[in-house]
Parts: sequence; C-alpha cells; structure tokens
Amino acid sequence: MEQQPNLNYIKQLAGDDKAFEIKFISVIKEEIPLEKKEYENAIASNNLKETADIVHKLKHKLNILSLTEDYKLAVTYEEELLRGDKKLDTKFSTILEKIDAYTKNL
Amino acid sequence: MNCIIVDDEATARAIVEQLCSKISDLNIIDSFSNAMEAIKFLNQNTVDVIFLDIHMPGFTGIDFIQTLKNPPRIVLTTSDTDFAIEAYEYEPIVDYLVKPITQDRFEKSIIKIKKALKNSAKTVESKTLQSTNTEEDIYINIDRRLIKLKLNEILVVEAKGDYIDVKTIQKTYRVHNTLKSIKEKLPESTFLQIHRSFIINFTKIIDIEDNSVLIEKNVIPISRSNRPELMRRLNLL
Repeated sequence: MEQQPNLNYIKQLAGDDKAFEIKFISVIKEEIPLEKKEYENAIASNNLKETADIVHKLKHKLNILSLTEDYKLAVTYEEELLRGDKKLDTKFSTILEKIDAYTKNL
Repeated sequence: MNCIIVDDEATARAIVEQLCSKISDLNIIDSFSNAMEAIKFLNQNTVDVIFLDIHMPGFTGIDFIQTLKNPPRIVLTTSDTDFAIEAYEYEPIVDYLVKPITQDRFEKSIIKIKKALKNSAKTVESKTLQSTNTEEDIYINIDRRLIKLKLNEILVVEAKGDYIDVKTIQKTYRVHNTLKSIKEKLPESTFLQIHRSFIINFTKIIDIEDNSVLIEKNVIPISRSNRPELMRRLNLL
C-alpha cells in the first residue's frame, strides 16, 4: 500500500510547543513548492547534477513526512542522477505531487 | 554553550533550532542558510559549537571546515548515512547526526560536545603549563604566510610526497617541504622519527602497541629499525 505523508515526526518534536508546529508547517508549505519548481526546471533543462542536488534536499523532507519508502527511492534516484540516469523521474515526480498536495492542505 | 546552525534548508534549520531549544544551557546565536555568511560571522565572533549541514550547494560543509582558521566543535547534520568515516577524519567534528534527527539522539550529541569541550579545556590548561617550560616555536610557510607553531603543540609530522603534514591538536598544516628538512629543526629531546614517513612528538604518545603508537586520534606505524630508539627514549617502568 502506498505510504501517505504525515506530521508524526514534527508533532513528536514539538510536544506541547504548538508555536513550533505552526512555524514548521509554514516553512515546509513555503519550501516544498519552491523546490518542486526547482526540480522541474532542472530536469527539464537536463542538468542532472543540479537535479541530484535538489533531490538531495527533497529526500530529507520525505523522511520528515514519514515517507520512508519514497525516501529510499529518492536515495537511489539521487545516485542514478549523478551517474547520468534519470529514469526514476516519473516516479519521483509523482511523489512530489503527493507531498505538494499534502502540504497545501495543511 | 553558544552555537550556530548552518543549513541551506529552512525546514532543517527549524528542526535543529527546536532540538536546541530543549537544551537548557545551549544558546543559538544565529542560523545561516549558506556557508559564506557563517564564515563572515565566525571571523568576528566565537562559538562553542556549529551544527553544520554537510551537503550544501557550491560550498560544502567540509569546504567550510577547511576554511576556518580555528574551528570550534562541529556536529554534522546530513541526510547521507555513508559519510561517517570520512567525517571523523576532521579534528573538530565531534558527532554526525543523520536527518531526521530525534531528540534522544540530539541529547547524546550534546553529551559528546560537552565532553569534547571539557577535554579541550584540559588540553589548553596543560599546554599553558608546558609552554612555560618550552617557549620554542617553529615557523611554517603556507601560501606565502609564515605561521608560528609552538613546538609542543606539534603531534606528528607526516611525509606526503613533496609535502609534509604538520599535525597539531587543532588542525593539520600541509607544507611544501621534506621530512628530512623539518627533522633538522625539531629538538631531539621531544621528536623522533619512528617510520620513514613519520616524525612524532613522543611526549604526546597515549599508548604503544607492537607496531604502532597512538597520539591523540592518530595511529602511527613504527618501523622495526626505529623501535629500539623509541623504547630507549621512553620512561619505561
């Protein structure tokens, strides 16, 4: 079954600190669409080194959102990009759509 | 303890800030989204510890460490699990945290930092005592700058082709010179060549095994021909 994003890690880190939770959500809502756009531009221009750098940043967010399986795919994808292979683009783009939709609704 | 956070990701900085906020004696002085800003800050300010992302565009965490003249204690934060061995090659690094960082793991890191800071304080104290006895210095030429090193701060000198690495407690200096040349300048009372590629300050030895000595974190091989002289110099029971 496909994993769905959640804020379990952030809630655990926040404890009773609601202000942190709110601040974090605001930061991630801002960062994900920007990095998604950066990813789309980099892959469209076939700049695979830059694409790998953006995947590297995004993979941390997959972990934060408890998407452990998607994180593993991102790790492989980053390595493959550095070797000049972008065949996981479609799968990774689907993951990006999923987290973008999730964070927009937070 | 004062710290700064260096990470290009705002989410990562927010998380480390939250982790720090739960440690009562840890103050965040500032957070930086790129290494250059942090370097500018560190040129004018001192901190006890830096939480440093290793993978940043343009200027990596390792580039950052190598740029600092007197780096404070550093805890690396990274999404890469396979970097740990390389990370510990750098003297100031006390820990390596894999993202996403949990509070428990972060607290263990704080214990390591405190231990490292305590050890540094002891080393400084002991160095101060020693320096009253031996005030001798040596100047090394790096990129046309003459840098003064106290002889009793030098741990090991290692030959590296046309260069030598002069290792001190704080950092390693790469100098365009030969082992033979520096050997002539180092006092025989404290320095000894124990291998064709290594001269050691034998007052800094922590322990000796059959074929190697340990100095700080450096394991140095002893060649068979040099071993008798080393043993003769040591104050054996």
